[in-house]
Amino acid sequence: MKIINDSNNTEGIYDRKALQKRIRNRVFYDKLANIVFLLSTLFALLVLTILITRIWRQGIGWLSIDFLKGNLSIFPEKAGIYGIIIGSVRLMSVVGPVTILLGVSTAIYLEEYAGKGKIQSFISTTISNLAGVPSVIFGLLGLTVFARLLNLGSSILAGGLTMSLLVLPIVVVASREAIRAVPSFLRDASYAMGASKWTTIRTVILPVALPGILTGSILALSRAIGETAPLVVLGVPTLILAVPTSIMDDFSALPIQIYYWTLDTVLTPEYANLAAATIIVLLVILFLMNSIAIIIRNKFQKRY
Amino acid sequence: MDKSINIRDKVKKNIENNKKWKIEKVMPNIFFMTALISILTTIGIVFTLVADAYKFFAKVPLSEVFSTKLAPLGANPSFGILPLINGTIIISTIAMAVAVPIGLTAAIYLSEYASEKRRKTLKPMMEVLAGIPTIVYGFFAYSFVTPLLMNIVPGLEAKNALSPGIVMGIMIIPLVASLSEDAMSSVPNAMREGALALGSTKLEVTFKVVIPAAISGIIASFVLGVSRAIGETMIVVIASGSSKNLTFDITQSMQTMTAYIVEFTSGDAGSGTLGYYSLYAVGLILFIFTLLMNLLAQYISRRYREEY
Repeated sequence: MKIINDSNNTEGIYDRKALQKRIRNRVFYDKLANIVFLLSTLFALLVLTILITRIWRQGIGWLSIDFLKGNLSIFPEKAGIYGIIIGSVRLMSVVGPVTILLGVSTAIYLEEYAGKGKIQSFISTTISNLAGVPSVIFGLLGLTVFARLLNLGSSILAGGLTMSLLVLPIVVVASREAIRAVPSFLRDASYAMGASKWTTIRTVILPVALPGILTGSILALSRAIGETAPLVVLGVPTLILAVPTSIMDDFSALPIQIYYWTLDTVLTPEYANLAAATIIVLLVILFLMNSIAIIIRNKFQKRY
Repeated sequence: MDKSINIRDKVKKNIENNKKWKIEKVMPNIFFMTALISILTTIGIVFTLVADAYKFFAKVPLSEVFSTKLAPLGANPSFGILPLINGTIIISTIAMAVAVPIGLTAAIYLSEYASEKRRKTLKPMMEVLAGIPTIVYGFFAYSFVTPLLMNIVPGLEAKNALSPGIVMGIMIIPLVASLSEDAMSSVPNAMREGALALGSTKLEVTFKVVIPAAISGIIASFVLGVSRAIGETMIVVIASGSSKNLTFDITQSMQTMTAYIVEFTSGDAGSGTLGYYSLYAVGLILFIFTLLMNLLAQYISRRYREEY
């Protein structure tokens, strides 16, 4: 701001025109920034819209009852993904119980029994570092420990256990938050009635924390159902024609099939459409899971 | 008097009820053991990686490891990892060049400019972007973004580093935006109001007050973004191909460390071969890279956090 004695300006010692111009500029840049920042927020959403419409338009024509009920085939017109869907469902039937059981009891230990000592902070740090390990590394762990050492091969059980370890931190963090949010007067009331610690956890804390735990578990499962890399590293086979009947069977899952079909588009261009149709199925499943999580959160979460 | 004796008896009976007290003593131990699973997993990861990587480094001289020739399946196999590290760094750089500016400005918009109502609709929509499986992004990069870029960038190959880099950046935007937004939202309003009362515009408040105050959280979000980019697998496997040449040309195919692991396990690498052990060596380097990034992010957000 220049201070000058301007003969045209009798009101003060400031150059009023320069001042007004400066203020106008500053307000202009502020407004411009508002628009630019909004656009960059919308850019991310625009990409999301393009992605979904593009895949929808490519795949919806190939999506039919026959596609959902049929078995894999090398002919694109005859291919169906029934066995793949069953594979994913069975994989989740391993991941779900294992992750929830391990995750919730880890959270109970950390919140209720561990106290604020070194053990607690060591386990917490380990879990938060585990959450940052790339999924492909979990694939190597599964390959060595579950597939080779325990001789489970590329079965549903091996894939499920590998996936459980991968999503475990999500369930632990969500359950810890849910347990921590249980108000202390409920706990005190339970103790005052003479209940023991385990009884309090079982009958007071867990029921109140259940919506939060379930929400976290569903989010973990929706991460697991779309995860590809660990299963590929585990050696899940390309073409499985038999529908898996037990958890020791070889299997394929939705993301794996999308992966192989995308790779094979070089040879058979129609595979891209099949991949798109499978992606639609996967995204619809994810959408349903997330909707359930939101409904649970909104409907059953009590505020104290 | 009768009544109180009755209750005392009942309490005594309850305490002596062995079954219940056993459960009470056993449960903490069970929970402790499940909590140990996380530690065991970490030990398992480190042990499997180090054990098999050791076999690799024992057989392959370091001068070969840090060479530029990568030909694991050749008649005379060579295991130089520099092309993989180069590919990883270049694709991550492209990703961060997309994710940092867009993620940060989106965070500024959500935290400083958007009305509460708009923020509540935009933020969950951003999070949808974070929930999409990476295989879907890979398909999108290969079948949509690459053909699109071919019209703009001459000489772009079907498998290249540019397209997966950009798509990976888009995938990381929600991470950077939501963590930076958290950091900026936790700057107390009194500081903003102070600057506004002195006549600052929102833009000046943002750049001179809010961002300096939230800088630790913002930088930490960038570092976590880099860690995500380095560890990201499916997008690069599908859209970046498997060329093992050392090149800086982003229109060419490149291979990252993660893509090498996936390509080699789905190939014919039998257990016990040198190629098989090389997976774990690459895995170990990848693990160390991402672990360092995550620790750095934790350190930055803890060390430079301003408490108000």
